[in-house]
Amino acid sequence: MGLTLSWLSVIILIPLAGLFLKSLELSPEQFWAILSSRRTLNALRVSFGLAFAAACVNLVMGSIIVWALVRYRFPGRRLFDAIVDVPFALPTAVAGVALTALFAEKGWLGAPLAALGIKVAFTPVGIFVAMIFIGIPFVVRTVQPVLQDLDPEIEEAAGSLGASRWQTITRVILPSLAPALLTGLALAFARAVGEYGSVIFIAGNLPNISEIAPLLIVIRLSEFRYADATAIAVVMLVVSFVIIFAVNRLQRWAQSRIPVR
Amino acid sequence: MTMQIAESVSLTPPDARARAHAAAARDSLRTEPRAVRVAIIALAVTFLSVFVVLPLVLVFAQAFSRGVLAYVAALAEPEALAAIKLTLVVAAISVGLNLVFGLVAAWAIAKFEFPGKTFLITLIDLPFSVSPVISGLVFVLLFGAQGYFGNWLRDHDIQILFAVPGIALATTFVTFPFVARALIPLMQEQGTQEEEAAISLGASGLQTFFRVTLPNIKWGVLYGVLLCNARAMGEFGAVSVVSGHIRGETNTMPLLVEILYNEYQFVAAFAIASLLAMLALITLIAKTILERHLDEGQDVHDH
Repeated sequence: MGLTLSWLSVIILIPLAGLFLKSLELSPEQFWAILSSRRTLNALRVSFGLAFAAACVNLVMGSIIVWALVRYRFPGRRLFDAIVDVPFALPTAVAGVALTALFAEKGWLGAPLAALGIKVAFTPVGIFVAMIFIGIPFVVRTVQPVLQDLDPEIEEAAGSLGASRWQTITRVILPSLAPALLTGLALAFARAVGEYGSVIFIAGNLPNISEIAPLLIVIRLSEFRYADATAIAVVMLVVSFVIIFAVNRLQRWAQSRIPVR
Repeated sequence: MTMQIAESVSLTPPDARARAHAAAARDSLRTEPRAVRVAIIALAVTFLSVFVVLPLVLVFAQAFSRGVLAYVAALAEPEALAAIKLTLVVAAISVGLNLVFGLVAAWAIAKFEFPGKTFLITLIDLPFSVSPVISGLVFVLLFGAQGYFGNWLRDHDIQILFAVPGIALATTFVTFPFVARALIPLMQEQGTQEEEAAISLGASGLQTFFRVTLPNIKWGVLYGVLLCNARAMGEFGAVSVVSGHIRGETNTMPLLVEILYNEYQFVAAFAIASLLAMLALITLIAKTILERHLDEGQDVHDH
């Protein structure tokens, strides 16, 4: 017991406390000045904005993937089920170089897209693509078990009472999946906001345009501007806390309303 | 479930055709027209192929683009070997530490009640949701030249940052949740009855742990170690911040991928990347097998 707590505090609590202590060395005015500088604001906007957009794409595509994997039988289903976990398991640097090479102007997908006049690599679109990649497993893996355990009788009841298939899905199934869907969205968003390895290769990293907040932290550190790095980190950390808290609440909400089979 | 219902209502010798018809009607209430089904499957498969399969295939295609010899030569470079060795050492340290303390933490959380338990669980989860860059930053703030322990470390001539201890610490931080997270639900479900029985029959605490608890959770332990190891070997952001990128000394495999890629040594970069991708694939296969074992274990307990 004591061992656990002391280890936890050595490895997690002390480092985090150090971060907050460091940020307390800044006066509120200094803190505000760092955060409201144009470059910081733009980096935060890029990170949070694109992460949210990518999480929304993951929500829609993740739901479609879950539906196909759980409800339909098709050749290669188990293989694709396993493939969903690849973005989890693939080291982020590997994902980063692979996506960049794929979407670069001469890449397998980059070349046809360039012919259409769409540039992906080294633009904000590239960041968006990388964030979609790393977020896929979160929505699928949170929603999949819930859809699997959904009682088939409530669908049959809805159908036999005259609901159309579309009505059954939007009025019966989607509400049951809502907590899981929101949890998946939040997890994908949290991961995308903090993501570094898979994004920096494809991003182009132009200040104010395609520079993400974690990269700005690294840049500030390499310039020995520790205060700037800390201030940005604190903002991102607070957002992660809020997301964890929200996810825990969502889980409790989910447990209280899912029909038990 | 449909089968059970159909059987239980067979009062008179049932008309097989009518029954089949009823079952089909019930099934049709739970599925979509064929066109919609095909469209959804196609959409899912295309999306996964473009976003996941293609990058994976590309890693290997690029690694072997100049032939097998160039691939082997790239991996035999001293820098590559040093990176592979460092990655293995760091993974061994952090998996070892997290195995021991993950076990203890899961044991404490699953088998005992104490104030602050929820807070403890939140703490364990934290490294999952914190940006890896921030995980590295906290160690720079502690041990860096301007950090809280910076002066003390310099006076005692201890090098943590830009050296193996710093890389191992950051990796341990990032991979902390895996073992504990894999074990907590498993141990909670198994409860404390078997341990209580062992102790009341005269087993010591350690005997109970090694002969009763550990055999019960062995698949869970393996599962946690597997995922912990995969992340430890592949960690990039946190390690990048604390490593200092000293060539041949503090570059792990993911860091070397970055350096080689930025130097346009694509074959070499993708050769190292292909090793990491293989690690990921092996991890996924092993994970699938372990999950089957874990499910079976749970079934035994359910009955």
